Amino acid sequence: MFPHEEKFILKKLGREPNEVEKAMIEVMWSEHASYKSSRKWLKLLPTKNEYVILGPGEDAGVIKFDENTTIVVGIESHNHPSAVEPYGGAATGVGGIVRDILCMGARPIALLDPIRFGPLEKERNKYLFEYVVKGIADYGNRIGVPTVGGETEFDESLDGYTLVNVACIGIMHPNELVHSYVTESGLLLVLVGNKTGRDGIHGVTFASEELSENAEEEDRSAVQIPDPFTEKLLIEATLEAVKTGKVKALKDLGGGGLTCASSEMAGKKGFGTVIYADRVPQREPNMNVMEVMISESQERMLFAIREEDLEEITKIFEKYELEWTVVGEIIDEPRYIVYWNGEKVADLPINLLTEVPIIEWEIIEWEAGPYSVEKDVRTPEIVPQEAFLKVLSSPNIISKEWVYRQYDHEVQGRTVLKPGLDAAVLKINDEYGLAFVSDGNPSYSYLNPYHGAMACVVEAIRNLASVGAKPLALVDNLNFASPERPEVYWSFIETIKGLRDAANAFRLAYVSGNVSFYNEVNGKSIKPTPVVAALGKVKLEHITTMAFKDEGDLIAVVGVTNRELGGSELYRVLGIREGIAPRVDLKKEKENAEGILKAIEHGLVKAVHDVSRGGLAIALAEMAMVSGLGFEVDISKVPVEAKLSPLEVLFSESQARFIVSFEKENLEKLKEMFKDFAVIGEVKGREMVFKSNEDKLIRISVKEGRKIYGSLPKLLGE
Amino acid sequence: MPKFAVIVFPGTNCDFETVETIKKAGGKAERVWYKESLKDFDGVVLPGGFSYADYLRGGAISARAEIMEEVKELAKEGKPVLGICNGFQILTEAKLLPGALRPNKIPRFLCRWIYLRVAVTETAFTSFYKEGEVIRMPIAHAEGNYYANNLSKVRIAFQYSNENGEIIEDANPNGSLLNIAGISNENGNVLGMMPHPERASDRWLGSEDGLRVFKSMVKYAKR
Repeated sequence: MFPHEEKFILKKLGREPNEVEKAMIEVMWSEHASYKSSRKWLKLLPTKNEYVILGPGEDAGVIKFDENTTIVVGIESHNHPSAVEPYGGAATGVGGIVRDILCMGARPIALLDPIRFGPLEKERNKYLFEYVVKGIADYGNRIGVPTVGGETEFDESLDGYTLVNVACIGIMHPNELVHSYVTESGLLLVLVGNKTGRDGIHGVTFASEELSENAEEEDRSAVQIPDPFTEKLLIEATLEAVKTGKVKALKDLGGGGLTCASSEMAGKKGFGTVIYADRVPQREPNMNVMEVMISESQERMLFAIREEDLEEITKIFEKYELEWTVVGEIIDEPRYIVYWNGEKVADLPINLLTEVPIIEWEIIEWEAGPYSVEKDVRTPEIVPQEAFLKVLSSPNIISKEWVYRQYDHEVQGRTVLKPGLDAAVLKINDEYGLAFVSDGNPSYSYLNPYHGAMACVVEAIRNLASVGAKPLALVDNLNFASPERPEVYWSFIETIKGLRDAANAFRLAYVSGNVSFYNEVNGKSIKPTPVVAALGKVKLEHITTMAFKDEGDLIAVVGVTNRELGGSELYRVLGIREGIAPRVDLKKEKENAEGILKAIEHGLVKAVHDVSRGGLAIALAEMAMVSGLGFEVDISKVPVEAKLSPLEVLFSESQARFIVSFEKENLEKLKEMFKDFAVIGEVKGREMVFKSNEDKLIRISVKEGRKIYGSLPKLLGE
Repeated sequence: MPKFAVIVFPGTNCDFETVETIKKAGGKAERVWYKESLKDFDGVVLPGGFSYADYLRGGAISARAEIMEEVKELAKEGKPVLGICNGFQILTEAKLLPGALRPNKIPRFLCRWIYLRVAVTETAFTSFYKEGEVIRMPIAHAEGNYYANNLSKVRIAFQYSNENGEIIEDANPNGSLLNIAGISNENGNVLGMMPHPERASDRWLGSEDGLRVFKSMVKYAKR
């Protein structure tokens, strides 16, 4: 806590807080729980449109899918815990976001896991990667929620660290929405689920500081222990309880433990609460009141119910063999009171816990510093074939099959489009599906945080459009270093502005989000890493994939290719950190994404793929490798703005581009739909052939390409 | 219309979609909590999931639940009993089917679509198939490597194959003996299988091949 905060508390309280009160205030005032450094800027984000039922402010966002279907969505990070204990950190990250969805009254139906690591050559990074994946798999699989996608990225800036984000969606009938706050006094607070232990003590405070060099030894107790078995029972019991209509408020115990859940539940609409902390079932002997109040033990939920409904509701918990306890009650007076064995040990005005003042760090405009790296550099001259093999075999490009085969992505029987394509699609009813995707581009964001942030949004929208889905809503997860560093805080604000502008262009809203600061190792900042997850609606019969369908189909590129290789995969494999990040032209993005949706709706295209990491070369290769069909293209036909070398045409990561394949007879109609559209070749044979006029640039069989594409297990030494 | 119980143990997670699929196949179905009774049911499905979180071994604890005594009674009466994935593990642990499901040859969870060759059609669950037919459905398990000392008292129902129905090592995802994916008892009314037919019963999900397992079961229960 900062000195000025301590002064503020002293003034407001008129006395020094005691030890218990201080621990609770500290937890609630931590960056992770209070968003005190980010709240002012997050307000810039659009949060309303015709689909939004509930925007940010509760545990998850709620949107309308159709008259009978409401979708709940949220996103979380579990970076610090995963860096210390990858298995438990990643697993409890899944558990936490699932309970966020659950406590709105919805059944969790899918997870996405965007995860980031340092280079695999180092044992430590390999260890983090393998155990984060195992943590996600063991937890998600056991609770029966399919993990349908995500991203996996490796970058030297994350050496020894990991960014573990997780997004979840849930489904419910509109009537089943339960709020996280109470609107009447006298309600009983019932704690259900696991016993409270010493795990996760100070988890949020720990997530609000940089990790020390000895974090692995020192901070293990701040990482929670995962128990997916109890979580699964908690899911079924909660949904059954919600169905009775008698749950007045519901919150999961996450960051800040019982203190956070109960104070937010009571205080939001001006009520107070009395907590009898000694009643909380304890896993370990001799726990003190402070430990009980701030423990972040997992798989616990807090229900507010009327006394007359207690028996009916707790019968459900008993059926599922879950332990339950009445730990407190809601009172009219807006105070937060804690008893321990009959003794009053805390008595605070409740808003001291729930209304944390905003901090505004000094903002320093950039003149010099790391961001001057955004300068034009020359692309080295390399043989295209060699460059292609290098980029194709990059851990960021190769197939992530090794990862998603460990995830049960089919459970619940909804997964229409499986992992490994542009976006996952879940069947919602007999006519419509829900598309779900996440994107982050820290290498762009490092060079230019504003355009980097926009690139996340537009890439997600292009992914949705590629499968035929119209975007509905966004959620954002902002992973940054310490906000106390002026350059980090500046990049954070630029990121928010980018997210805002991109969403506004599509009239989209952010319905939920998460901010994770203090992501540093050994005093080094991570790259600004905004991650955006997007939801879209698609008619099942319109679902399209990137796989080429038939030989003889024409291949065209939509959009213009510029000399934009800053932050590209080509530059990364060549060790070039400078360059200029791709610029986002929102008007073009919108025109082209809408054009693609129209082309799909009219049945004019057979395969669609967005062009992103690795540029045209990789986009085409993926379409071939997924289908088994080859192609021959002439890249001199690609619409370009300035003069580009063939290498730059192949690997530029200019935005607003798609590749489509289609039958010849649809050519004229498609041409009319897009401003920038050029046929560059056709689906042909079993080889991937890139030419420039008559020069052969790249030639490799699809079979050989697939071997490289499938080389992740080899990289892991299997 | 025959009525089936889909048994839900703590940690079972494929119960809802299994109920839906039975209904689609023309039967009635209900989720039945493991402490309830199986009276008035014409057959039983033990669905997939992680009952008791696979503590001890997959299916080991569920197999010793009281409800399994009733399942054994139903099996003895000749009523259809189907175990899918974790349900198959429970059936072997309960000795309703011989053998065991060991950890996969690559010892981790594996979720992917595979081809199966239908080896026998004279069971309660395969009558809607043709012998030798090749079908497609997903697997999702970490312990599906079937082994038995003695196969004299079982019928091999499904075997992992390639697209052409050839039973080859390359098509074996988990190291199972003889590429076995599913077996039934001699009588044909108790069948366990690792692949998930309920996940291949909707054209949007990639295949409808699995639906015929349930159609066969419904028809058999009507006999």
